[in-house]
Amino acid sequence: MKVILKRFLSIIPVLLGVIVMIFIMLRIVPGDPAAILLGEHVSPDTVERLTKSMNLDQPMGVQLLSYIWNALRGDLGMSYTMKRPVTELILGAFPYTVKLSLMAAVFAWAVGLISGIIAAITQNRIPDRLFMGFSLAGVSVPVFMTSLFLQYMLAFKIRAFSLTSDGSLYSMILPAIALGWNSAGSIARMTRSSLIEVMQADYIDTARAKGLARRAVILGHALKNSMLPVITMMALQLSSMMSGAVITESIFAIPGIGRLATEAIQKRDMPLLQGTVLFTTVIVVVGNLIADLLYSVLDPRIRKEA
Amino acid sequence: MSTENVLEIRGLKSSFFTDKGEVPAVNGVDLVIPRGKIVGLVGESGCGKSMTAKSVMGLLKYPGRIVEGEILLGGKDLTKLSDRELREHCGKDISMIFQEPMTSLNPVLKVGRQVQETLLVHDKNIGKEEAKRQVIDIFKKVGIPEAEKRYSCYPHELSGGLRQRVMIAMAMVCRPALLIADEPTTALDVTIEAQILRLMKDLCRQNNMSVLIITHNLGVVAEICDDIYVMYAGKIMEHAPVFELFDHTRHPYTKGLLASIPRIGDNPEFLHTIPGVVPNMLHLPKGCAFANRCELVQERCRSQMPELVTAAPDHECRCFLALEEEDQNGTGRKGGGDR
Ligand SMILES: Nc1ncnc2c1ncn2[C@@H]1O[C@H](COP(=O)(O)OP(=O)(O)O)[C@@H](O)[C@H]1O
Ligand SMILES: [Mg+2]
Repeated sequence: MKVILKRFLSIIPVLLGVIVMIFIMLRIVPGDPAAILLGEHVSPDTVERLTKSMNLDQPMGVQLLSYIWNALRGDLGMSYTMKRPVTELILGAFPYTVKLSLMAAVFAWAVGLISGIIAAITQNRIPDRLFMGFSLAGVSVPVFMTSLFLQYMLAFKIRAFSLTSDGSLYSMILPAIALGWNSAGSIARMTRSSLIEVMQADYIDTARAKGLARRAVILGHALKNSMLPVITMMALQLSSMMSGAVITESIFAIPGIGRLATEAIQKRDMPLLQGTVLFTTVIVVVGNLIADLLYSVLDPRIRKEA
Repeated sequence: MSTENVLEIRGLKSSFFTDKGEVPAVNGVDLVIPRGKIVGLVGESGCGKSMTAKSVMGLLKYPGRIVEGEILLGGKDLTKLSDRELREHCGKDISMIFQEPMTSLNPVLKVGRQVQETLLVHDKNIGKEEAKRQVIDIFKKVGIPEAEKRYSCYPHELSGGLRQRVMIAMAMVCRPALLIADEPTTALDVTIEAQILRLMKDLCRQNNMSVLIITHNLGVVAEICDDIYVMYAGKIMEHAPVFELFDHTRHPYTKGLLASIPRIGDNPEFLHTIPGVVPNMLHLPKGCAFANRCELVQERCRSQMPELVTAAPDHECRCFLALEEEDQNGTGRKGGGDR
């Protein structure tokens, strides 16, 4: 319990550091936000008034502190372009991102684990070669290629799916596969190598010497051990999907966090960009924490210390 | 006195088929384990001791496999059995414990469950409760204190000595006729080593069980074995009952091994070692595998592998000098024999 609490507290400095970094980076980018917001053909007077009302004339430190203070209270400021609270926009978009990432993760976990296990137990034979070839393609093809390919084949040619998503579960299948494809490949490869390594362990010989059948040895002794590193990776990938859904969301027109961020960048909507980046960072950090804790729940050697 | 043999290995050859060629890790081994006896298999590391044991248990992994020979368990040739048939004997009639108690137990399963599993595999009718009771029983027999509590421990919560006791419990729980122990004490402290050896000897006597103990340490076998096989480069070099072997050592290799056991009072700087290294199994020399390290090497040793001959009653030796030596100290030896 104490360890868990300690790990929780350890994410606070990480988050503070991230806020400061985002804040500074966004101030370094050239261009006056107020001027951009108002567009061309306005008097310098108007720009100055807006600058004041947005607190942009205050010293950086003051701006930063007030930002942090407000963020802690759940107030991430107003979006310049959409004229609505950033928090509200994010919370509105988040369910779509969650739905997409969860579906992608479930796809990646299932496909990755099953093909990894099959590859491991047929090591160096045809099924193994086949799965590993596929997974290599999985990890090396970029998301936008997979997305476009799936769109072309399944939505345009076969017309089993619609090109863009309306947010329903069914319409999310294509984008979920596109997003999960990469992860499925890396989970498969990791599952395979981990299981093969574990099968060399001494305790596998012990299990076989007891007279256990091959299947009982793999399911009862090897799998749980080989899953220790894989499960951490699976949890990490869920959080990285949530932050990495930007491209998929744009291609399939899903109104999630990723699309919010893309729009914020295009329109130089600083509060919105800050908000989305901060939010995704929190997701990733918490995701990593959960992955860490999962590992310690599963491994009795670490559990004892926790 | 029963002369029945629990296990007979006849002409066993097990090889690894590597990219560079065949590595005959076990190269024509004959070995007999009488009921109720403790037999030692001794030799430097890499000579094929573990491979011999793994051949018996069907644990050889690709690219290794049994090439020829018989492994007779009560008259049944294990090398002819299917995987499934062999599995029925493993853990029940023959069981094995390994060198590293630290890594031989599954780290994520409770030790009690791991021992219980052996029972459940081989007796489909035994209930979980009854199995647990028997596990706790065997824990007590192998000297694990607070057996009930230890049942739910994970391996990392136990000391090396306790873990090896758990391994012994696991191997003993189905009351096998033969226990194969591959360097069971090499990883343990000397005091723990003595305890474990005593335990194995007691268990063997109480249950009329046979033990094949594998070690590179002649000191270990001297303490508990009835019969000793000395192995070198995949072949048996010398075989005799323990006192015969120590009193009338015939093979130059065995002599070298004996001389390199450190004794109290020895000057550690002058500790005897056998010069040279074990030959590469991939390119074994034509003659005797020990020739290039032997102090008494002769011309014929380099061209011809000597046979394993009976040099004295119950005493076999693979050396051209074995028979000649008989003449030299033949007058001095009386008794020795079977025990
Ligand atoms: N996977 C392998 N491929 C090729 N040779 C092997 C392999 N494993 C073991 N060997 C060879 O088998 C021989 C016997 O090994 P082993 O039985 O483990 O020796 P030990 O007497 O120390 O138990 C060694 O000399 C080693 O070179
Ligand atoms: Mg060995």
